[in-house]
Amino acid sequence: MQRFSLVKFLTIVLLVFSTTLFAQHEQNDEHEGTPAEVSLKDKIKESINHHLLDSHDFIFFSDSETGVHYGFPLPVILWDNGLQVFLSSKFHHGETVAENNGNFYKLYHNKVYKTDAEGTINLDDHHHPTNDKPLDFSITKSVLMILITGLLMWLAFVGMAKSFKKGPIVTGAGRFLEPIILYIRDEIAIPNIGENKYRKYMPYLLTVFFFVWFLNLFGLTPLGVNVTGNIAVTFALALITFLITQFSGNKNYWKHIFWMPGVPVPMKIILAPIELLGVIIKPFALMIRLYANIMAGHIVLMSLIGLIFVFQNWIGSSLTFVLSFAISMIELLVALLQAYIFTMLSALYFGFAVEEHDEAH
Amino acid sequence: MEKLINDFSFGLFFWQITLFLLLLVLLKKFAWKPILSALDERENGIKDALTSAENAKKEMQNIQADNERILKEARTERDEMMKDARAIKETMLTEAKDEAKAEASKIIEAAQATIQSEKQKAITELKTQVAELSVGIAEKVVRKELANDKEQSALIEQLLKEVTIS
Repeated sequence: MQRFSLVKFLTIVLLVFSTTLFAQHEQNDEHEGTPAEVSLKDKIKESINHHLLDSHDFIFFSDSETGVHYGFPLPVILWDNGLQVFLSSKFHHGETVAENNGNFYKLYHNKVYKTDAEGTINLDDHHHPTNDKPLDFSITKSVLMILITGLLMWLAFVGMAKSFKKGPIVTGAGRFLEPIILYIRDEIAIPNIGENKYRKYMPYLLTVFFFVWFLNLFGLTPLGVNVTGNIAVTFALALITFLITQFSGNKNYWKHIFWMPGVPVPMKIILAPIELLGVIIKPFALMIRLYANIMAGHIVLMSLIGLIFVFQNWIGSSLTFVLSFAISMIELLVALLQAYIFTMLSALYFGFAVEEHDEAH
Repeated sequence: MEKLINDFSFGLFFWQITLFLLLLVLLKKFAWKPILSALDERENGIKDALTSAENAKKEMQNIQADNERILKEARTERDEMMKDARAIKETMLTEAKDEAKAEASKIIEAAQATIQSEKQKAITELKTQVAELSVGIAEKVVRKELANDKEQSALIEQLLKEVTIS
């Protein structure tokens, strides 16, 4: 009985926290087949790299012996002399050339290139393909996860709004979400933006907090998605924060950038470019912080899980297992913390932009 | 950095920004506004309830203080009234006593006066009756005595003597 519950516990732990449970199986099988340890390490490295990138199909796990991938294809949408729409199953996971309306495309390192009928990829000296890249608007794994997260948020919060219509006490999942909303309002928005102006920014702060948090949490599931650890996603989020900040900047804000009050004129001239640079650096830091934290978390976690299979003994493997479990716990915290920091700093920047004060400093 | 730029996928950026903005707009309209206004409403309700409770408490205290004051006033008033009543009683009693005394002495005086006058009257009547009687006796005596002149003048002499004596 005890042994059974231990097994159950381990299974649950692995299911919940291992982002690469299925990938590990693949490597383990591979290892039994090929005894060379270098190839196992390379395999792990490749698996991590592969996981960190976006992909055109949703694969749960692959059987490397038979070469079968278990998952489902996603639609590929390309802009190449008109709209080209087909399913990613045509690529056969990058192994074959996809043909659509007389155009040929091939996947190379998860990117779509236009090729000839044979699918030749021409590489330059730096091993970069020289083939044409069509504009890729595919519904990739990350886009699908964004859609799912959006849907989830829609269901959760519209449900909560409906429950509020019935009475002042919310029911269901809203009970869990309500304190978080209150926290964002009372501890993030009001102290940073100010009592009078915070209302305008609440929808963005709430949306961005839950969006980042939910996606961070999805990143820790065995689905193996890495959306918030993708630079394009964090860039988009930081860009929105940047635009909202600049568009809500009042006279005072711009004055502090271009003509800092209360300092001598030469200092004003020196400070202007620095402040202007700061305007760009702030959202840039926002973008890099979220990206790097999630990315690093995924790399550390996957490397530790990979180590379990590199150490082929009881002590090493169990130690790294404990370690990866601990890191998983930390990652759960990081998922929340990064969402909090992104929201908090966005609120802080909005606060700078709408701040009204007459005193010089 | 080169890897970052290389990894940057314009398609993902496009979808992220489109879907995120769509989500933001939809949630703002259908979720955040109702939720935030409901929370505000609830908080204001609680605040109002607390303020009115505080006000009610204050009012209660005021009423209690009023009651206390009124009670105290009533007590002092009662005390004063009692005091007044006692004084009035006191004066009334003395007055009554004095009056009674005066009346009594008046009555006594009157009685004495009456007695005096009655006595006087009685004396006068007595005198008159004595006089009449003596006249009657005298007449009878005179009638009898007058038969004899000597005797008669002796009698007169004697009577006159007697009269002046009395």
